[in-house]
Amino acid sequence: MLKLSGIKAGYGSMSVLQGLDLHVDKGEIVALLGSNGVGKTTLNNVISGFIRPTAGTVTFKGDVLNNRKPSEIVAMGVAHVPEGRKIFPNLSISENLKLGAFRRASSNISQNFDRVCTIFPRLKERLSQLAGTLSGGEQQMLAIGRGMMSEPELLILDEPSLGLSPIMVEEMFDLITKINADGVSVLLVEQNVMQSLGVAQRAYVIEQGRFVMQGEAATLLADPQLRQAYLGM
Amino acid sequence: MKFNSVGQIALVVAVCAYLLSVYFMASPVWMGFTINALIVAVIAQSWNITGGFGGMSSFGHAALYGTGAYASAILQVQYGVNPWLAFAIGIVAGAAMGGFIGALAFRYGLKGSYFALVTLAFAEVLRICASSFDITGGGSGLQLKLEPGIANLQFPDRTVVYTLLLVVVALVMLVTYMIKKSRFGAYLVAVRENEDAARALGIDTYKIKVQAMVISGAFGGLAGALYLQLWLFIDSTVVYGSAVSIEALIGPIIGGAGTVWGPLIGTLGLHLLGEGAKHLLPNAPGLNFVLYAIVLICAVRFLPRGLMGLAALIGTLKTRKDEDHA
Repeated sequence: MLKLSGIKAGYGSMSVLQGLDLHVDKGEIVALLGSNGVGKTTLNNVISGFIRPTAGTVTFKGDVLNNRKPSEIVAMGVAHVPEGRKIFPNLSISENLKLGAFRRASSNISQNFDRVCTIFPRLKERLSQLAGTLSGGEQQMLAIGRGMMSEPELLILDEPSLGLSPIMVEEMFDLITKINADGVSVLLVEQNVMQSLGVAQRAYVIEQGRFVMQGEAATLLADPQLRQAYLGM
Repeated sequence: MKFNSVGQIALVVAVCAYLLSVYFMASPVWMGFTINALIVAVIAQSWNITGGFGGMSSFGHAALYGTGAYASAILQVQYGVNPWLAFAIGIVAGAAMGGFIGALAFRYGLKGSYFALVTLAFAEVLRICASSFDITGGGSGLQLKLEPGIANLQFPDRTVVYTLLLVVVALVMLVTYMIKKSRFGAYLVAVRENEDAARALGIDTYKIKVQAMVISGAFGGLAGALYLQLWLFIDSTVVYGSAVSIEALIGPIIGGAGTVWGPLIGTLGLHLLGEGAKHLLPNAPGLNFVLYAIVLICAVRFLPRGLMGLAALIGTLKTRKDEDHA
């Protein structure tokens, strides 16, 4: 469904991504793992159209995304939930959610609204509350729920577990599985290797702008090299 | 229109009552003063579209106001164009200037104080240009010929002028209300609240911001063209001066930025205060600006959401909005 081939990108003269090939198939959860500053978010921004790649192509269901605007990419069915819970703090939760639906699927707002409320019952309890008053985990749920309002076929989650309590992290990964079971493919960008490999079918490990490992999640989880490097085991 | 509290309803009723009472006041001073305030309310609403709803605080709305006034004046004085047509072109010119400034500033990602400074620079450049060229009348400005009559858009009767201005202000507020309720308005608020998130949701933020500047420019041009028809004289300081830019932003901030009624309420309140000060201390011209500054400081410190925000705290009404989805 999503296919990247030979992607290079960077900021100004600094190149970050050194030629990446990646694909996400329909119905999959694919994890993109790596520590800080290796290019995970840059890769995300390339897919979402915020940064233009200097080489390579991004295609989504056969359409080339390279020169598309972010707004067009969303309309095509790719929702991006950015890092750091970028919500609208002074708007209510229901307003936040409805803003997610404007670009796409605006005809079935209420249907998608109900769907998001079913997945995130915590949000449903607080629809009129200002988003800025939510806890970190709830804000993250709101950001994901808002992404879901556009009825995406592919959901890109940039570090959804960042800064959450361990219990909330568990809950977040459960929710990701639930969303996936609902028919949404997920590209999960994470530092939390253990949890991510637990929910993903496949994973890529990125270091310094290159994929150093890739494959089935179960295989990677058993890989001694990965265990050594990321899990300290 | 839906209000959230008894306080807001009371505030709006008080403003409407005042505007009506002007018809019955014995002294013509009140009407003259309120006429000025209504024109300022239009430029204040213009600022409110970009600054209030979109969070793009301009410090140079005089650029839009002056362009509307000068476009209309040049066409009438230099080319003998029909005043109604010139008036309409003044609005279009304001919109074009807004779009131009917006396209240029947002193209380079200017935000916050940088955007404010660039808009101020535009207004100042235009002010200096307007005082330098023959077509704009240079330093002596432009004077329309006094030809009262509906065909020339000049109304000697103050009561007629006042009524027409009330209609214009009501229309501008109606447009603002429609924007607020529209999808475009929601995009604009999203841009104000968090531009990165807005982009991630697929909102073309550049386009939205430029469009807001065009609408704001149309309102600003309208205000400038109205001023010209009323006073029949403009010069560069009067319409491009920074006093206009300050008046444009202070009303909405005091009244409540990002609300439909805020700009009118803030502008009227400030003008009442300024006028009162003039009568109490007749030997201190310019004191109203000192007062404005004090009120602005207090408002920013104590009333971040303006008078409408304050009134919202009084007698809050339960909204049914959120039960729709329960």
